[in-house]
Amino acid sequence: MATLAQPRVAVRWPDRRVLVLGILAFWVLGYIALRGRNTLPLSPADLTPLHERINEINDSIGASRNSNPVFLYFFNEIRLVIDNLVTFIQSLIAQPGFGRTVPLIGWLGVVAIATYLSWLFGNIRVAFLAGAGFVFLGLQGLWEESMDTLALTLAAVLVALAIGIPLGVWAGLSNRVNRILTPVLDFMQTMPTFVYLAPLTLFFLIGPASAVIATLIYAMPPVIRITAHGIRSVPATTVEATESLGSTRRQTLTKVLLPMSKRTTILGVNQTIMAALAMVTIAALIDAPGLGQTVIKALQTLDVGTAFNAGLAIVVLAIVLDRVTTAASERVERERRRAATGRTRRSRQPLLIGGGIVTLGSVYLSYTYVWAAEFPDDVNIGRTIAQGAESATNWAQTNLSGLTNGFKDVITTVLLNPFQSLLTESPWWLVGLVVVALAMVLGGAWAAITSAVCLALIVGTGLWQDAMTTLAATLVATVLVMILGLVVGVWMGRSSRADTVVRPVVDAAAVMPAFVYLVPFLALFSATRFTAIVAAIVYAAPVAIKIIADGIRGVPATTVEAATSAGSSRWQIIRHVQLPMSRTALTLATNQGLIYVLSMVVVGGLVGAGALGYDVVAGFSQGQLYGKGLAAGVAIVLLGVMLDRISQAAARRTESSHR
Amino acid sequence: MAPHLRPNRRHRPVTPRRVGVALVAALTLALSGCGGAKVGEEGGSSTGGTAAKDCGTFNIAINPWVGYEANAAVVAYVAEKDLGCKVTKKDLKEEVAWQGFGTGEVDAVVENWGHEDLKKKYITDQKTALEAGPTGNIGIIGWYIPPWLEKENPDITDWKNLNKYSDLFKTSESGGKGQLLDGDPSFVTNDEALVKNLDLNYKVVYAGSETALIQAFRQAEAQKKPVIGYFYEPQWFLSEIPLVKVNLPPYETGCDADPAKVACDYPEYKLDKIVSKKFTDSGSPAYELVKNFTWTNDDQNLVAKYIAEDKMKPEDAAEKWVEANRSKVEAWLP
Repeated sequence: MATLAQPRVAVRWPDRRVLVLGILAFWVLGYIALRGRNTLPLSPADLTPLHERINEINDSIGASRNSNPVFLYFFNEIRLVIDNLVTFIQSLIAQPGFGRTVPLIGWLGVVAIATYLSWLFGNIRVAFLAGAGFVFLGLQGLWEESMDTLALTLAAVLVALAIGIPLGVWAGLSNRVNRILTPVLDFMQTMPTFVYLAPLTLFFLIGPASAVIATLIYAMPPVIRITAHGIRSVPATTVEATESLGSTRRQTLTKVLLPMSKRTTILGVNQTIMAALAMVTIAALIDAPGLGQTVIKALQTLDVGTAFNAGLAIVVLAIVLDRVTTAASERVERERRRAATGRTRRSRQPLLIGGGIVTLGSVYLSYTYVWAAEFPDDVNIGRTIAQGAESATNWAQTNLSGLTNGFKDVITTVLLNPFQSLLTESPWWLVGLVVVALAMVLGGAWAAITSAVCLALIVGTGLWQDAMTTLAATLVATVLVMILGLVVGVWMGRSSRADTVVRPVVDAAAVMPAFVYLVPFLALFSATRFTAIVAAIVYAAPVAIKIIADGIRGVPATTVEAATSAGSSRWQIIRHVQLPMSRTALTLATNQGLIYVLSMVVVGGLVGAGALGYDVVAGFSQGQLYGKGLAAGVAIVLLGVMLDRISQAAARRTESSHR
Repeated sequence: MAPHLRPNRRHRPVTPRRVGVALVAALTLALSGCGGAKVGEEGGSSTGGTAAKDCGTFNIAINPWVGYEANAAVVAYVAEKDLGCKVTKKDLKEEVAWQGFGTGEVDAVVENWGHEDLKKKYITDQKTALEAGPTGNIGIIGWYIPPWLEKENPDITDWKNLNKYSDLFKTSESGGKGQLLDGDPSFVTNDEALVKNLDLNYKVVYAGSETALIQAFRQAEAQKKPVIGYFYEPQWFLSEIPLVKVNLPPYETGCDADPAKVACDYPEYKLDKIVSKKFTDSGSPAYELVKNFTWTNDDQNLVAKYIAEDKMKPEDAAEKWVEANRSKVEAWLP
């Protein structure tokens, strides 16, 4: 079949590259001829009837809050349950509770429990890491804040898993459920949080419940997707074999599918935890307690040092939780293999019991004695960290800003401005036509139809020109992300020493709240679109780097050795062997890079990107702009869905044509 | 380790794991032997305060800027120390805080900048909030430049000369015109209309946050770079760098009635306090305190400086100011 199909395609489509170039040339000609016509502009203070209509709906919901039975009996109940859950966890580890002046379990107990659990589910290395990490939080002078953040994150993750894993299993078993769920999950992940933050407090009041639900919306999709993926990846032959042995559906699920996908599910849990931690600072805007508050407060006075210290605590929490859950999934995998081969390992039970006793002892001490309950504040390295960060930023701001601003000007004039004016000053229908044609050539009919629908809806939001400005910045940022991803990813993939050094840095960049580095970036690049692009790169490059490094490492060593012995230089090996063979990783990296860049659009709006990001921020801040902010959020989702579908379809095509 | 000593269950080698466990155990034993103060022994005074009888809980919103924090810290400090209230501070954006009047979770907002739309929605329509009088602070909004720029070009503060200098303010964002840096998104601006109606050769660029504005002005003064942008006072940053206000055509009542035709400066805002209906009816002494609270821009700037530049905790900054200004505070008490 494949051999038959290919020559036919070759006749119909001479060469995709030529077609793409042709479309682009057509676009440029059209732009020159029709520049400035039908560009659908809308100034930042103006509204369309749609935006006003949304405002009215929002107002009427607020007005009927106290009489509407849906509020009284549905949302209030959910709120009560979640509020109680959070307050309970908080009084265990973070806040005074149960009639005491301190939390039930003090710092020593928490450190002991964290270490013990990491050892139990992971290994001794991550146990040490967890213990050291938690003590470090205390030394930073941020024990209480960290525990508040941990409590909220735990609550959000627990609820996310309770809902997400069953949904994920269902979506893994049923194609129809999967089809319905996918766009919903896309929506949850790309809709900017700012859009639903204020309405959430209307539904669930100001307090832990709203913060947890805001976190939940963003953090639940990964575990659903990855669980479903895990269930689907169980080999069909295994399932058939079990069924032919007479298992019921229930038995197949509990005895085969769930155990075999356990490792993948734990990876989903890992991703959900990371996503939940990414929400810490934003949830602080609706009074979520914890480290996010410290960051936001410090930002008001441009106190980079304090913000960095708190940001670092979030990074420490994230790295500990990431390594522990990864180790847990590896243990699960090892044990499954061991069970399959029938080998047993020496038991660690006696040690575990001993550790458990020590842990219980520590918990008792931290319950009883003040020194073990409240983290001693005589050793505080937080101030030193803050001062270090402060002087590093000051140095960079005074010495580098000339250089960095020059770099910004070059990229802006050479790359960003021409591309942006091509997108925003061409007639909307011309841009639409070009995008649909490109989607057709690169991804096929289905991608083209999706793009057409998304573009039509963007026109409907009334924010076409803003959407095009944002699209221009997004694509430029993605190109830069891929350049960085290729350079660092290939380096990491080829050298395990580079990997050891770079990986923690990359992880830190991915979880450090953007608010922390916005201030120095503003000094280095001024309040411009480019600052927004740089912030997006910091957030999105880690994903691309990791995926590419993984792909390069996946190229069989024998192939590389064969090429080396055939006399290829290092550069030739990278170009002709390693990169082509990790093509799938490259396309996945592009796709994820795009989505991550898009999720920074709103943060970009805070530092000069304007357009959709600013619309969303302003909509959150000013009542009369609420409708416009919501429309801008929807436009961001639409851009995301469109870019995702085109790049995925293109990826599938490249893959099949190279097979 | 000698190769013939194969590890077995009885004589296991000393692995890092065992060392770690042993260490923790030893440490635990040693420390528990020492004992120390027990939880609940030394405390107990936290619920002190004699006048606690009818104040109860006072929920005060903390909007995210330092001037507001200064007001709130002082009100909260007095409510706690003099009235014995249990004060809960809630960190919220303005919109969300006003929404909290309706849901009963916010009692007071202690620095409000205009917000006519919110007043209409919550005071006139929903009747869940009430005005509680001015704070005594005067809010000024306008276009500001760093002081060095005014020293070199004294005539720049007259809007009529702005076009003469527009070349100075060109940036990568302004498309050949001068850049007018706008945009704390929380504030309504008329700047696009102003630029158009005053025929200025400028383009409004949306910085998007107060942080971005302050950073731009700070850097402009330090490196002698030209910047013109939207700013406001009272603001703690002005005590670090006294920005100079550009004179737009003076404000007259009604000159900003039609947003599209505005060609005059912003009005002065009498900053005021907003309280929830429920709080007013509760008869709490904290309500009287909020209603009576007034002070000057200088007072607020001082407390804001304690917080922003001296990096004091808001509670400590409030304590310092209150104890130094007892006479002013006495006048607020019910």
